[in-house]
Amino acid sequence: MTDIQPVILLSALLFTIGVVGVISRRNALIIFMCVELMLNSSNLALVAFARQWGNLDGQLFVFFVMAVAAAEVAVGLALMVAIFRTKHSTNVDELSQLKG
Amino acid sequence: MSAEFLVFLVVALISVASALGLLLSKNAIYAAMFLILNMVSLAVIYLLLNAPFIAAVQVAVYAGAIMVLFVFVIMLLGAEKLNAPETRPGLKWQQPLALALGVALAFQALYVVFARGITAPANVIEAGPLAIGRLLFTTYLFPFEVASILLLAAMVGAVVLTKKDN
Repeated sequence: MTDIQPVILLSALLFTIGVVGVISRRNALIIFMCVELMLNSSNLALVAFARQWGNLDGQLFVFFVMAVAAAEVAVGLALMVAIFRTKHSTNVDELSQLKG
Repeated sequence: MSAEFLVFLVVALISVASALGLLLSKNAIYAAMFLILNMVSLAVIYLLLNAPFIAAVQVAVYAGAIMVLFVFVIMLLGAEKLNAPETRPGLKWQQPLALALGVALAFQALYVVFARGITAPANVIEAGPLAIGRLLFTTYLFPFEVASILLLAAMVGAVVLTKKDN
């Protein structure tokens, strides 16, 4: 792959699908997975640009994004388990106690 | 059309289709499986982009560890069915509005990609684990250590959050 424009295109498409998922779905687990999809698409763009500019820093960024995503998933799923214990639901519409 | 581009085309189609499957699936387990397929296809694209180390980490950490955690929690909660009767009606225009905003965002992204082409010359770099590791333990040593502390904090946080109250 010498031309990265299709890769950036794919990255933009995947990011858009992730955004639509986050704002249209109501299951907290699916929303979480769509956030992961968005992180993945940004990783793809970073790797593509690292390839284009012949620079390894982009790949190192992807590595750190993965580390942060792992931490985020661990804490986020723990929160979801804790919420499920009291509410018995993962529907975000029912988790509105903090609404002003 | 080179063979590499053909492989990219097939894998890109698979990744977009699996992302749409994630978006539309009713069952959370199916959604997780679609996301795993998406991540594996992205790993193939990383290989095409001369990033073998990132491809391996993508399969091992993302498609392996993180998605196992997802599937484990979905099955633990028994939350795979999404068609439970809703106790309250959601926003009426949520999904059409989400689709419209998504289309707008896609057009913006396409405009940015196509209006300003990428002009820098393509470079081939040595991107094996050796080069990555050398960079990781010299230039990026401090972020590397911070990431380890972050992972430790996340582990402690997950244990504390899911612990039964005494």
